[in-house]
Amino acid sequence: MSELTLTVMRLGFLAVLWLFVIVAVQVIRSDLFGTRVTQRGSRRGAAETRPQQGRQQQQAAPPQQRQQPGRQRRGAPTKLVVSEGSLTGTTVALQGQTITLGRAHDSTIVLDDDYASSRHARIYPDRDGQWIVEDLGSTNGTYLERTRLTTPTPVPLGAPIRIGKTVIELRK
Amino acid sequence: MSVVTNTTTIGAIDAPSRRNTELVLVVFAVAISVFAYANVGLALNGELPAGMLGYGAGLALLGGVAHLVVRRFAKYADPLLLPLATLLNGLGLALIWRLDQSERLLALKSFAPAASKQLIFSAMGVALFVGVLILLKDHRILQRYTYISMVVALILLILPMFFPAQFGAKIWITIPGIGSIQPGEFAKIVIAIFFSGYLMVKRDALALASRRFMGMYLPRGRDLGPILVIWAMSILILVFETDLGTSLLFFGMFVVMLYVATERTSWIVFGLTMSAVGAVGVASFEPHVQDRVTAWLDPFAGWGTHAASEQMAQVLMAFGSGGTLGTGLGQGNSDLILFAANTDFILATVGEELGLAGVMAFLLLYGLIVERGVRTALAARDPFGKLLAIGLSGAFAIQVFVVAGGVMGLIPLTGMTMPFLAAGGSSVIANWALIGILIRISDTARRPAPAPAPSTDAEMTQVVRP
Repeated sequence: MSELTLTVMRLGFLAVLWLFVIVAVQVIRSDLFGTRVTQRGSRRGAAETRPQQGRQQQQAAPPQQRQQPGRQRRGAPTKLVVSEGSLTGTTVALQGQTITLGRAHDSTIVLDDDYASSRHARIYPDRDGQWIVEDLGSTNGTYLERTRLTTPTPVPLGAPIRIGKTVIELRK
Repeated sequence: MSVVTNTTTIGAIDAPSRRNTELVLVVFAVAISVFAYANVGLALNGELPAGMLGYGAGLALLGGVAHLVVRRFAKYADPLLLPLATLLNGLGLALIWRLDQSERLLALKSFAPAASKQLIFSAMGVALFVGVLILLKDHRILQRYTYISMVVALILLILPMFFPAQFGAKIWITIPGIGSIQPGEFAKIVIAIFFSGYLMVKRDALALASRRFMGMYLPRGRDLGPILVIWAMSILILVFETDLGTSLLFFGMFVVMLYVATERTSWIVFGLTMSAVGAVGVASFEPHVQDRVTAWLDPFAGWGTHAASEQMAQVLMAFGSGGTLGTGLGQGNSDLILFAANTDFILATVGEELGLAGVMAFLLLYGLIVERGVRTALAARDPFGKLLAIGLSGAFAIQVFVVAGGVMGLIPLTGMTMPFLAAGGSSVIANWALIGILIRISDTARRPAPAPAPSTDAEMTQVVRP
């Protein structure tokens, strides 16, 4: 064996060894995800789609809705952000599911707020993909911009929805 | 057309099962090991070694079987533990084979080629790993055997006292015709089960019933009992079996688990003080331990007169001649260490032939295994699983520290084996079982919560738009 070959092999082996270490560390990044919203009870065959959760955005959207024309409109909000209150910074990805807000433990966003009712409001998409906010008969009311909601109302992008001390808005 | 969802829940993103990542990494690990094997052959004889195909196929078979079993029985387990263990085991086999080729070692009376035996031991280890994954459906079952584990661990620890000492330490059970096993390696796992079961029940008493004194929480006398018993036990092992490593491992593991269970720093202070007192006390009258301390303090002073010192000096020179990038696999002279070159001192071969870069990579591989273990403990939902995972990965970390530290001259040398790397059946089998238990816990921890039943009030909503 020539000296050169052996040197190349020696350095090559170290490089490959380190490559393994680096790849392994990259794999660890899979632990560093945030939160996601899972839907209860509606996804038939959820078990089959589990392994491909790398593409969650598409997977989680119910197939019926995905096929609708105009569903993925340009300018449609993709996430809901809490901008004021104790949950500031919380985001929930909008994937075509209903988001419930309130003090009840099974709410999507559990509000720890004395002014919130246990089932305070919900935000859901209508058939055209337009997001609607509806007050669920709360005591202190839900405000979109400055007006108290009486009927289900479409939510424009970035409009603040106020519930007690908490303000949430839809963002792209 | 129905509105599909109404109720939702928010939670952490489920870790995907990631079995394919694991498969790719296992293949990568086998490829690296075969590369190492080929490199050794080319460097020593100038041709690809004859056993390369068999060796590669054997390792690939072990990795493949282990992977398939994980895929079937622990679908959501951590994707890194298995590839890391496979890589360390494969590289260990290549290094052992490399030392088998050494003329100097073959001339030694006490030396026998170990690579093929090690491959069989690895197969037994993987078989135990498979057994753990298939038979142990849920790690919480182990909780039922808390006190039985204690008895089993004590028996495993005491047994070697009745067998003759080998190489100055009574840590082997010799069964004529079959060989010898080192029960301490298995006791490590069994005692972790006992500690986690015990601490899960007693953690509140240990954590809360204490007086504050000089900024430290002093535990009550009656809570101090168990730590004193374990301490006494590890000292007794040290005295009667002259096995510094195992006693350090047990006591260290207990202190780690006590700290994790109670979150009291005072336990660490106590633990370190007591282990220092114990070690110094025993070292002052036990000749075998004194020997090691002498070799540690000044290895070059005893050159030619003191065997332990000379060996230690050879190890340090092996590390030194390796330099940063090493001499290349098969081109070092680490076989000058002679006795135990392929067991306790195998890290010196890594140091000489792969250099500092290689040693760092190996330590990172061990570090990653420990990290995945700790991560598993963080993710586990039940306190028993948390403590068991932290105990096992803590024991693994302490073992690596004690061996690597001993070989590099940081602490006195103790007769323990580098997990997966060193030649020796008990070690590799026990460590595969350890990885198996960690994979089982991580599978439970990462498994996504079962989907809740469909909610009855998820009715269709009519939207009236203005």
